[in-house]
Amino acid sequence: MSKQIKIKKLGINVSAIVLLYIILKSAITFGLITRYHQGIIIFIMINIILATSLNLATGFLGQLTLGHAGFMAVGAYASAITSIEVRALLPNMPDFMLLIISLIIAAIAAGIVGVLIGIPALRLRGDYLAIITLGFGEVIRVVINNMRGLTGGAQGLTGIPRIVKFDSVFWVTVFVVLILYRLTHSRQGRAIMSIREDEIAAEAVGIKTTHFKVMGFAFAAGLAGVGGGLYANYLAFLDPNTFNFMRSVEILVIVVLGGMGSLTGSIIAAIVLTIMPEALRSFADYRLLLYSFLLVVMMIFRPEGLFGRREFSFDGVKEKFFNKDKIQEKTNIS
Amino acid sequence: MYQQNKGDNKLKAKKLTLLLTLMVLLATVLSGCGGAAGGEPDTIKLGVIGPLTGDYSMYGTAVANAAQLAADEINAAGGIDGKQVEIIAYDSKGDKTEAVNAYNRLRDQDKIVALIGGTFSGTTLSIKEIAKADNMPVLTPTATNGEVTLDAANIFRACYTDPYQGSTAAVFAAEELKATKAAVLYNIEDPYSEGLAVAFDEQFSTIGTVTNYEGYTKNDADFRAILTKIAAEEPDVLFLPDYIAKVGVILSQVEELGLNVVAIGGDGWDGIEGDYAEVAEGHYFANHYAKTDESAIVQDFISAYEAKFESSPNALAALAYDSTFIMKSAIEAAGSTEAEAIITALAATDMSGVTGHVTFDENGDPIKSISIIQVVSGEHVLAAKVSGK
Amino acid sequence: MVLFLQQMINGLSVGSIYALIALGYTMVYGIIKLINFAHGELMMTGAYFAFLIVVTSGLPFLIVVPLSMLLAAVFSVVIERIAYKPIRKAPRISALITAIGVSLFLQNLAQVIFKADPKIMPELIDKRPIDIGPLQISTVTLTTLALAIVFMVILEIFIKKSKPGKAMRAVSEDKDAAILMGINVNRTISLTFAIGSALGALAGVLYAITYTQVFPTMGVMPGLKAFVAAVLGGIGFIPGAVLGGFTIGMVETFSRAYISSQWSDAIVFGLLIVVLLFKPTGILGRNEKEKV
Repeated sequence: MSKQIKIKKLGINVSAIVLLYIILKSAITFGLITRYHQGIIIFIMINIILATSLNLATGFLGQLTLGHAGFMAVGAYASAITSIEVRALLPNMPDFMLLIISLIIAAIAAGIVGVLIGIPALRLRGDYLAIITLGFGEVIRVVINNMRGLTGGAQGLTGIPRIVKFDSVFWVTVFVVLILYRLTHSRQGRAIMSIREDEIAAEAVGIKTTHFKVMGFAFAAGLAGVGGGLYANYLAFLDPNTFNFMRSVEILVIVVLGGMGSLTGSIIAAIVLTIMPEALRSFADYRLLLYSFLLVVMMIFRPEGLFGRREFSFDGVKEKFFNKDKIQEKTNIS
Repeated sequence: MYQQNKGDNKLKAKKLTLLLTLMVLLATVLSGCGGAAGGEPDTIKLGVIGPLTGDYSMYGTAVANAAQLAADEINAAGGIDGKQVEIIAYDSKGDKTEAVNAYNRLRDQDKIVALIGGTFSGTTLSIKEIAKADNMPVLTPTATNGEVTLDAANIFRACYTDPYQGSTAAVFAAEELKATKAAVLYNIEDPYSEGLAVAFDEQFSTIGTVTNYEGYTKNDADFRAILTKIAAEEPDVLFLPDYIAKVGVILSQVEELGLNVVAIGGDGWDGIEGDYAEVAEGHYFANHYAKTDESAIVQDFISAYEAKFESSPNALAALAYDSTFIMKSAIEAAGSTEAEAIITALAATDMSGVTGHVTFDENGDPIKSISIIQVVSGEHVLAAKVSGK
Repeated sequence: MVLFLQQMINGLSVGSIYALIALGYTMVYGIIKLINFAHGELMMTGAYFAFLIVVTSGLPFLIVVPLSMLLAAVFSVVIERIAYKPIRKAPRISALITAIGVSLFLQNLAQVIFKADPKIMPELIDKRPIDIGPLQISTVTLTTLALAIVFMVILEIFIKKSKPGKAMRAVSEDKDAAILMGINVNRTISLTFAIGSALGALAGVLYAITYTQVFPTMGVMPGLKAFVAAVLGGIGFIPGAVLGGFTIGMVETFSRAYISSQWSDAIVFGLLIVVLLFKPTGILGRNEKEKV
């Protein structure tokens, strides 16, 4: 692909994102979207971060991990404690700077835990890895509950500065998705995907599988931590029981529905599955029943999810709708 | 040629899937958007948030039911300044995020004037900061965690706090039961349980010895190891501040192991005579009111509730009933539905309800006495009324 | 010393239930190499079946138990045919996710049908503590212990000596060869599921009697811990499941009694990690090389 076309594609994609931002932001400023809707949009974006990061570990790397909520928890608490302490020490620091510091700490903390868990756990095959990560998720919760002095234990952590608004969440989400997109479309990304396809063959070809597995896993964990940090600084209150196995499963359902291996799929599925419980409040009793049913049905009939491994890009839309002639030409020649 | 057809079909399938997904998306977004905006200007809307489904649905439904009962009675007597009261209850599922969404929805879509909720301390804490920023008048009937009303002029509660309950239980154990040694067994994953345990431990340590201070997690079912360990220390009293589901199991095992100890609990025990009357026999718990209290207001409430909902009201129902009436008199006294006016009126509350006489201290906590109930032959018997810190 | 022995008895009591559940896990894993995440839910199903039977008919323990086991066995075969058969050839991840889905589906189905608050199991066994000197052991504990051992022995004999048992071993060794030898693989797998679930159901009924409560999520933690037990003892290996079950029961009880009750769950999972890192085939397991 020539450099010109690459720049053109980049331009279209960037403008589309900025346009989306402008639309949403004006809707908020002019009161078209109530705070209730704003809250939902923020939760959608946090779920996008969680789902895309899980997708990296499960969809692209092929390692089923059931403790993603645990990494979110580590990030959330690390970020919350950082925000509280730094705000107390330097009360005049502007919000966005505090948030950036807080999120970086969240990512690092979660990433480190990811490495610590990954190194032993990733030595194991699929089933055992799943159970171990489930166990870790539970252990992290027990640890948080027990460390009352630091985390407030079961009482929860209050007094977190509310420094997260729509703007910050939007751009952080865009940033995260961007990083993941670049990663999965790079050499490292291809190495990661080769591990998913056939680990032994990848090893035989010379790819350092352990290195990439741990790196991918830790990266996913770190990003989940960022999601947790945003959550903590938005809600201003944390409670360890939010980050339980069901939360990990809900994120997994998003990834499975969207397509393991498609970032776009995760984004769309995150939007749908965050809005649905709100829209269908009357069916609240049956929501989890529906999710689990969905999981089984998807695995049997359409394991690749909605998008499989394909991605959606704005320049792709343009080509499809505006360059139909060019496509016709290409197919006619064959 | 064959290749081209396949390619076409694949492209079509791709487009179709995309289109379908976008449509579903649009539909869900739009359906979420509608919402009940407006409504008649002549209704006063009060929001209720509680766990209407899930593990603790019995508590949430009790609160919602009782609030509705109170509203019906208020409306039958002419409403508030001629306007009808409408109760809008949303399910928090006991989840913090859901509670926040429910609150936002009540505020933005339903335009409530005041909130009677959350039901649990955890969910109430999660909406505290947002409600504070909104200056929304909040009267939680049942959230007992100490932090709920701190630093928030707009938040009041109708029930006494966990710290108050825990320390009062300790005073009762020492003074009425003459206990010198006590063991505490609590749920580390539940802020309610922990709050009570901490307060009991602090108070009892000043007047006796706490022999064991043990925690368990919400998934635990086998307490024999811990109970055997506690039994070896021979405490007089065992403090079990948790809800019926866990307490019942623990007491069954206390019975099985043949432990000779008196158990005390908090208001989470209310209703324990339902399934666990045998094993709860002779033990005590703190409650908000006694069903055997003969005063008219209590008995009228009980019969009205039983008539409407075909079940006996628990303490949470009584508190929610009182809360609705407290809110009603505050709005009446304020003479408007403006937030600040309601808050000022709430602070000046001075009325008697099913759960006793209510006035609020500077934090928004009620100044009330605690009824200690003993389970005798499956009935609540009032053992003592203890008050003061 | 007395205290220590009493705690040992407590450990046996907890462990025997884990052992029964672990037996089911290990059998299914042995034959289709899949961790049946939903196994804990089959235990829960058995408990609910027993509850329904007792509440509607008042039948005694000796009839309720086999009846619940039978119902659970049939139920599990239906699930196996609907949900697990289609994904037999699918990649590991799909199979695992399906199992998780089935597990959650059953939990939520029970929640929708029965509501989440615990149902109280009526007394099926006269729960008296029997005194042996200064120690106490409950009748329920003795029953559970006895049943666990009896079934382990029966199972071993069945697998080693009977024809269906040999078929099970053959399928678990090499499925394709077994087909070539004329073994009806589908039937064998279904039978394995049935037996495993029957044992899980038995554990569920005993659990409900011991801890008095039946509720939709009752199988989650015991299921997880029983899985740890099966792995600890050597997954796919029947005596391993029983050994693992009792070991985990002891570990849990002693960490509650002597370390801290709050950390006991973390310790059990920690044990899992240690085992998987240093001897993944478990205490009694054999070494299997991964084939390319």
